[in-house]
Amino acid sequence: MKNNLEQSMSLANPAPANLSLMQKIGTLIGMTGLGIILLAAFNVDFPNKGLWLAISLLSITAGVIMFSYGLYGNTVEGIKNNGVWSKSISSRGLLGWLAGISLTGFYIVLYFYPEYIGLAKDGGSNTGIIALFDPLSRILSGNPASQWFVYGTLYTIAILTFGIKFIWKYRHNRYHQIRTISVMFFQTAFAFLIPEFMARLNSDTFKLPYYDLKNVWPLNHYLFEGYNVKSFINAGNIGLALLIFGILSIFVITPILTYKFGKRWYCSWVCGCGGLAETAGDSFRQLSDKSIFAWKVERWVIHSVLVFIVVATTGIVHSYLGNDTSKYWLTKDTFLIGVAVFLATLFGAIWYFKRHELKKDARYGAIGYLVIILALIALHYTSGEQNIFIWKASKVKSAYGFLIGSIFSGVVGTGFYPILGNRVWCRMGCPMAAILGMQQRLFSKFRITTNGGQCISCGNCSTYCEMGIDVRSYAQKGENIVRSSCVGCGVCSAVCPRGVLKLENGAQEGRINPNEILLGNDVNLMDLVNKK
Amino acid sequence: MEHIVIIGNGISGVTTARHIRKLSDKKITIVSAETDYFFSRTALMYVYMGHMKFEHTQPYENWFWKKNRINLKNGYVTAVDTDNKELKFADNSTMSYDKLVIATGSKPNKFGWPGQDLDGVMGMYHRQDLENLEKCTPGTKRAVIVGGGLIGIELAEMLSSRNIPVTFLVRESSFWNGVLPAGESDMINRHIREHHIDLRLSTNLKEIQADENGRAKAVVIEETGEVIECQIVGLTAGVSPNIDFLKDSKIEINRGVLVNRHLETNIHDVYAIGDCAQQHEAIGLRRPIEAVWYTGRMMGETLAQTICGNKTEYKPGHWFNSAKFLDIEYQTYGWVFSKPMEYEKQFYWEHEDGKKCIRISYHKDTKEFLGINNFGIRMRHEIFDKWLTEKRDIDYVINHLKEANFDPEFFKQHEAEILQHYNSQLVTNA
Repeated sequence: MKNNLEQSMSLANPAPANLSLMQKIGTLIGMTGLGIILLAAFNVDFPNKGLWLAISLLSITAGVIMFSYGLYGNTVEGIKNNGVWSKSISSRGLLGWLAGISLTGFYIVLYFYPEYIGLAKDGGSNTGIIALFDPLSRILSGNPASQWFVYGTLYTIAILTFGIKFIWKYRHNRYHQIRTISVMFFQTAFAFLIPEFMARLNSDTFKLPYYDLKNVWPLNHYLFEGYNVKSFINAGNIGLALLIFGILSIFVITPILTYKFGKRWYCSWVCGCGGLAETAGDSFRQLSDKSIFAWKVERWVIHSVLVFIVVATTGIVHSYLGNDTSKYWLTKDTFLIGVAVFLATLFGAIWYFKRHELKKDARYGAIGYLVIILALIALHYTSGEQNIFIWKASKVKSAYGFLIGSIFSGVVGTGFYPILGNRVWCRMGCPMAAILGMQQRLFSKFRITTNGGQCISCGNCSTYCEMGIDVRSYAQKGENIVRSSCVGCGVCSAVCPRGVLKLENGAQEGRINPNEILLGNDVNLMDLVNKK
Repeated sequence: MEHIVIIGNGISGVTTARHIRKLSDKKITIVSAETDYFFSRTALMYVYMGHMKFEHTQPYENWFWKKNRINLKNGYVTAVDTDNKELKFADNSTMSYDKLVIATGSKPNKFGWPGQDLDGVMGMYHRQDLENLEKCTPGTKRAVIVGGGLIGIELAEMLSSRNIPVTFLVRESSFWNGVLPAGESDMINRHIREHHIDLRLSTNLKEIQADENGRAKAVVIEETGEVIECQIVGLTAGVSPNIDFLKDSKIEINRGVLVNRHLETNIHDVYAIGDCAQQHEAIGLRRPIEAVWYTGRMMGETLAQTICGNKTEYKPGHWFNSAKFLDIEYQTYGWVFSKPMEYEKQFYWEHEDGKKCIRISYHKDTKEFLGINNFGIRMRHEIFDKWLTEKRDIDYVINHLKEANFDPEFFKQHEAEILQHYNSQLVTNA
């Protein structure tokens, strides 16, 4: 089919509007702020770094805010998707590719070559961009900046400024406003400020580990690493309390909240990755792949990552536990047996309570479970003191950190926003999302309710689903959307022109309700066909 | 194997095909000259506005049709020979059928205005209209839309989204007031103007003037003789059944293809559904021709049963519909008439921001709940369907309105205010 609707054949600009004066000024100011950072990268030694950093960060903030105001300020409240598919930045045009390549490059430097942006080597002092951020870091934690401090600062500013943009865009929608304020808060307080302040408490005799409280294992994949656990234990009661909180987060807090609200409480209200996706990434949500093929890939990849991290973490803990029962109650073997018993109970419970819902998926679940159990047995027989199977524990873990923590969640997950959409990591890679997703699918009150027969199959919901869920395929069957991947951002509901979708927490009965014939037709016919 | 041929790949035809496939192994062919694959017609506007690409309006991926053994034929049917059960196409090829379903939808109305066939003058119904509009957009300094209905306001929104100034000529004294009561209609008037659309009420088109290249350059207003320069003229004065190709056939037609309650035409094995079907006698308070997405779908669901041996009457349930006027969403359940029936009384509440309102219609003697219009507040289809079936009275409905609320979480709720307004009206009326 010829596709001439999408390409502009016109001499005029098909985008809805050229930039307003306000947007142009905003762009100038924002780019000036970025320019200062760029100059620092070329080792321009700014005399008063604190001042220049302040100018830079404030300019970036002011630039984004002015641009947003120019974009939405004078418009009537409502959905603001005009021209999304004709603007270069949001439709994989030249600007989209440029942004994608720049971001990817930034992540590669950040993760693998931090010295290029000025990280101090062997006791020297920082240079370049990192030196520019030293004054702010000293104010907060008392220490010089690292590449992670630079990253954290820019990340937080991105969430805050684009959060304001998002709130403006959805100023008719309180669900979006409140959840955006929530991610802005959790990023600023929990991910950025609190860990810096915690670092301030450190002295020669007392040292807290770096800990973002809302970052739950397995998203926080280094939580149970030997050095980290050691530093928790060394920090006395406070450290122990933090460690216990970390464990409770996984096994108690998370399941309860997910049962009540769905995984959205985390993924689109608290999580930092989600926070960036929902704010700075909002312009790219329509780029996610909606095909069934992509869904199949997604399920294999994300669950493989989950199996990987479960095995790797088990192996890591196994590697630093002892064998001597007189010293520690938790020995290598008790631990392995404990993990096996826990997983077997979990799998058995799912199988028993939910087997009628699972069908084919159960086989995949069984495969994953089997892989882990076999791995545990192999661990027992093959691993020596410091090994996972035949590999060194630290090697396996650093492979995970490299492949998943750096390449997948950073370089691909964020760098490819403008190409693959803003939730590639959350959808394809995040093991935390995989766990929450299973809970959401099987043991949760959350669903997106479809409003009777009102769907007109327009496709706005599917287009704007960042997780690549074909929302319409459910809505047009009058079926509620109960999907493990749904992060509950609520945009499908907002963009629906006919009021068909509502995010709800409700009773289990009727949560999943496929219909052949929709509400509005002959009652007898509906009864005849819909009752199986 | 029985061959079912469906002319038209819109919601009616495609729903029929899908359900026939679920129920049987019959050979199914869908014929369309408009597009290769089914798309949502109601979403065309979003393609022009840049919200979606055309492919996003297609509810099924392209492999779906082959997998479900539904043949797609791109062709334009010019004649139907019911004696020989054969279709004739524009390229002179033919196709035979065992059962024929006519689901050809609508075409935009034209009322013989001078200049109505000039370049730059278009309806907004088919995919080809969208391509035409895209072609005419560059260089357009103003567009004039003639006809104040659902398609008219959508076209106004589309053009506005590209910053093209729009003059909107509406014959009626208030927008869509044949369907909407005064309060709602006036709310939409205000909202149209809030979007800087030049709304002209009680205004008719006299003629469209051409430039030397045969392209529209201006319209002339009937009442004032005013000449409005424009490069695009949208004709959106309603639609009528798209059945010209049946004029020489033996199939009985009036404005649409005449069908009985089983959606059968006068010819055995020929059926008609969707926008192009016309009931011999209207069903309940419905119109004999209903050009609505939902009714098309319901007819498709019903007809598939009949074709597969479970002869089923078309019995739509309670009336419902929805639309979106620029930024204001509209839903309706049951019947609310713009000019109340003699048995009908209405309760109206409007929010102070002037963008939300509800109107509940009830029987003046029995107080039975008859229907609701809701603007800017989403309501549950299921609940109103139930209340209509249970013949609840208006007091019950007003007091339980919260159960029907379908707005997103954290939205301001207005039920208390509505109840208060209702009670105060009772006092003043007593």
